[in-house]
Amino acid sequence: MAATAAPLRQRVLRRDIWWLEPAALAVLFAVFVVYSAVVGVANEHYYYGPYLSPFYSPCITANCAHFTFGVPIIGEWWNLAPAIWIVAFPLAFRATCYYYRKAYYRSYFWSPAACSVPDARAKYGGETKFPFVMQNIHRYTWYPAVALVFILSYDVILAFRFPTASGGAAFGIGLGTLLMLANVVLIGLYTFSCHACRYLFGGRHDRFHTRPLAYRLWSLISVLNGRHGQYAILSLISVGLTDLYIRLLSMGVIPFDPRIVF
Amino acid sequence: MTARSGSNGGARDVTVRVWRGEDRASGGFVQYDVPADPGMVVLDVMFRVQALRAPDLAVRWNCKAGKCGSCSAEINGRPKLMCMTRVSSLPEGEPITIAPMATFPVIKDLVTDVSYNYEKAKTIPAFRPAPLEPDGTRRMYQEEVDRVQEFRKCIECFMCQNVCHVIRDHEENKEAFSGPRFFVRLAELEMHPLDTHDRIELTRAKHGLGFCNITKCCTEVCPESIHITDNAIIPLKERVVTEFYDPLAWAKRRLFGQRPRQLGEKEPAAPSDR
Repeated sequence: MAATAAPLRQRVLRRDIWWLEPAALAVLFAVFVVYSAVVGVANEHYYYGPYLSPFYSPCITANCAHFTFGVPIIGEWWNLAPAIWIVAFPLAFRATCYYYRKAYYRSYFWSPAACSVPDARAKYGGETKFPFVMQNIHRYTWYPAVALVFILSYDVILAFRFPTASGGAAFGIGLGTLLMLANVVLIGLYTFSCHACRYLFGGRHDRFHTRPLAYRLWSLISVLNGRHGQYAILSLISVGLTDLYIRLLSMGVIPFDPRIVF
Repeated sequence: MTARSGSNGGARDVTVRVWRGEDRASGGFVQYDVPADPGMVVLDVMFRVQALRAPDLAVRWNCKAGKCGSCSAEINGRPKLMCMTRVSSLPEGEPITIAPMATFPVIKDLVTDVSYNYEKAKTIPAFRPAPLEPDGTRRMYQEEVDRVQEFRKCIECFMCQNVCHVIRDHEENKEAFSGPRFFVRLAELEMHPLDTHDRIELTRAKHGLGFCNITKCCTEVCPESIHITDNAIIPLKERVVTEFYDPLAWAKRRLFGQRPRQLGEKEPAAPSDR
């Protein structure tokens, strides 16, 4: 019956495996960031006709293996990886995303690592000061993210067209096509379930009865928004796996792409 | 019934470690074994501890139905209502740890002083409805009411306040930060179709919305399943962005000679909306 004297706030009384989720996410994000950095500067094995890696889309420099818009937009003076022009946009969108903020504040900053678990730091200012006040630009990162959804969709359409021996193109479906399609669906769900999108399309209004379209859009996005975190993780994984598949095909590690060409 | 250490005349025993004391420095956990019955909730166990082992154990409770929000505590380290937590839902074969809410000063044992919340509540301006329409009524529409009605489910158990690390781990932030419960209240009023009081600057400057780093613990612990983060805090953050951080909105205000709304300034009338 002896009492144990200890200030409660400094103690973790949780009995469950509270560290598992932040630890797993920390590993996932670290793997993705390292993988992205490596493939982003690799400048090879990102195209295996007709598949283009999402890391390199849109491919806009003169040294591209495949021009998304038919012609290069950046001239021959650029001799580094084309992905460097693109990667900042999805990176900024995800880095300022409300879901990812929650995830990395927990996993890396430990503020807090889990609910009812003490903060790692003695002082805390949240998002009131630089650099975290910059999270408020999130809605501006959403617009390029929407453009990327359309561009990746265009890549998927191209991925249904396979080159023929006569030099033309034939309709077909390959494993790479399906991976790219799944990837763009997941990225689309992630992008259009965004909290800023939900706000911009209707959430900013107090009165819906004079704005039926805004109300419908807000209602639809609200449904998607409930799974925003799941879409965030699944689309992250799908981007990595799609690139990996195309990369391994291009490198010859995977000997052939299962496909049906009509 | 969860199997616990030993038995007592057919009833199983349950072992609880209850935090006892009148201040955090000298208080600590005391272990009790009491007989438990099937279907018991943790609050029942506290009653049994009071009846059989420690009649001076202080526990705050009222409805025992999950609606008054009085019996908030930390059960095995997680904020929960004692009256809504079945003993059978907790891990078997180990003591149940019951502690007072960590964010608030202890009065005695499991009873905390939650007056911080009442002081914060006083700083939120009351509902200020639009003028009556020509027919002497006010109208609002179901689709508008649905959104704010979610926020009315709050039972003020203050578990979201308790779990919020901004004040739980940083006492110094209590002055500048009001906590999730009051962002729910602010959202309820701010999004109300008939309210005319602007609370955006108030939310940012006086209630410290920027301190929130949306780690969603408030949502996790809410016994009413209010989507505090997604439906109250983040929409408020987006409104603050429009008012204070959006360069296009800022340019528009400059271009058209508008200025940011000031604390408590009445929202401009929008007759077409009424």
